[in-house]
Amino acid sequence: MSSSWPLWEVFVRGKRGLNHVHVGSLHAPDAEMALRNARDVYTRRNEGVSIWVVPAEAITASSPDEKDPFFAPSGDKVYRHPTFYAIPEDVPHL
Amino acid sequence: MDLEAEFERTVAAEHRVEPRDWMPDGYRKTLVRQIAQHAHSEIIGMQPEGNWISRAPSLRRKAILLAKVQDEAGHGLYLYAATETLGADRGLLTENLISGRQKYSSIFNYPTLSYADVGTIGWLVDGAAICNQVPLCRTSYGPYARAMIRICKEESFHQRQGYELLMTMMSGTDAQRAMVQESVDRFWWPSLMMFGPPDAESANTEQSMKWRIKRNTNDELRQKFVDMTVPQAEKLGVTLPDPLLKWNPERGHHDFGQPDWDEFWQVVGGNGPANAQRVAHRRKAHEDGEWVRAAAAAHAAKRTRTKESAA
Repeated sequence: MSSSWPLWEVFVRGKRGLNHVHVGSLHAPDAEMALRNARDVYTRRNEGVSIWVVPAEAITASSPDEKDPFFAPSGDKVYRHPTFYAIPEDVPHL
Repeated sequence: MDLEAEFERTVAAEHRVEPRDWMPDGYRKTLVRQIAQHAHSEIIGMQPEGNWISRAPSLRRKAILLAKVQDEAGHGLYLYAATETLGADRGLLTENLISGRQKYSSIFNYPTLSYADVGTIGWLVDGAAICNQVPLCRTSYGPYARAMIRICKEESFHQRQGYELLMTMMSGTDAQRAMVQESVDRFWWPSLMMFGPPDAESANTEQSMKWRIKRNTNDELRQKFVDMTVPQAEKLGVTLPDPLLKWNPERGHHDFGQPDWDEFWQVVGGNGPANAQRVAHRRKAHEDGEWVRAAAAAHAAKRTRTKESAA
């Protein structure tokens, strides 16, 4: 059964200079097969120059239920944004 | 906070629902059923065309057909991966397919009797699939929508290679033109059936539209497909086998006849020309592949042990 093969999450770098981005998942018996399967499943049309595969169970994710409290600390800190500061329009390069 | 209200707000605001969000059980079940059926369709859909790979008339056509059938496998895998984000078990879904518990698109239960069918499937069947699938790129469940975006990009190649194949045959001999027409005659009505039963008889449409899983009704999409296809048929020089097919200037759409819905329900119920053959073939492929899956798992386990004892 393929379900006895572990699940891997697949990340692809579209081209040099870009981050790896999550594109999906697949089952494979080991990391090497996961890479080869990922190439065949997710990059049949030159979509990538580099692939990461990560065992799905190795990922720790924040909980959607706690989304509001978890991200609250950044919610009220408007002074972190450049638009918070009033600068006269005639000041150049700022 | 009321989870259901939050869910409704997310969906109504055209935001995407993501895997670990709270969602109603019915939403989850509907999605698993729909995405699994869709995945099964891609996987079973490899068979009618795969039938012609070894007999494609040139190396060029063989390479194209191989790439297309490989794409169908890829589409199935994107979609199975989407079902797993909802907690579905991949092995169980395969089991549901090969035991006949879950369905796939009725179109794949029609046989491919001539090589022209490869072109007709690309043009009409993949054309209908694109009509169905483009709106699903905006479906409310994030992983499904993202899978559909990838699939739609690739389907465009499928449809164009089919149309080009038919154009090539239409510029050939009388016998080749007759093959194309005969193929179109067989696939036209089953293609219209791909959009599902008329809206009045579609059990799942209303709730699915409310949840924004489905974005258009079956009849809307069927109309769109007919309107798109008629000028393509004219350009190709084939006749669509519907005496009622006619432009209606008042509606700004084509009028057309209804497919034989009794036949549709027969095929859905398992009594189509190739249902038994398709499922038996998939079952055999799965069972024949068991030793490969077992060997790969054993190899991986052995390498892990070797690494651990070396450490």
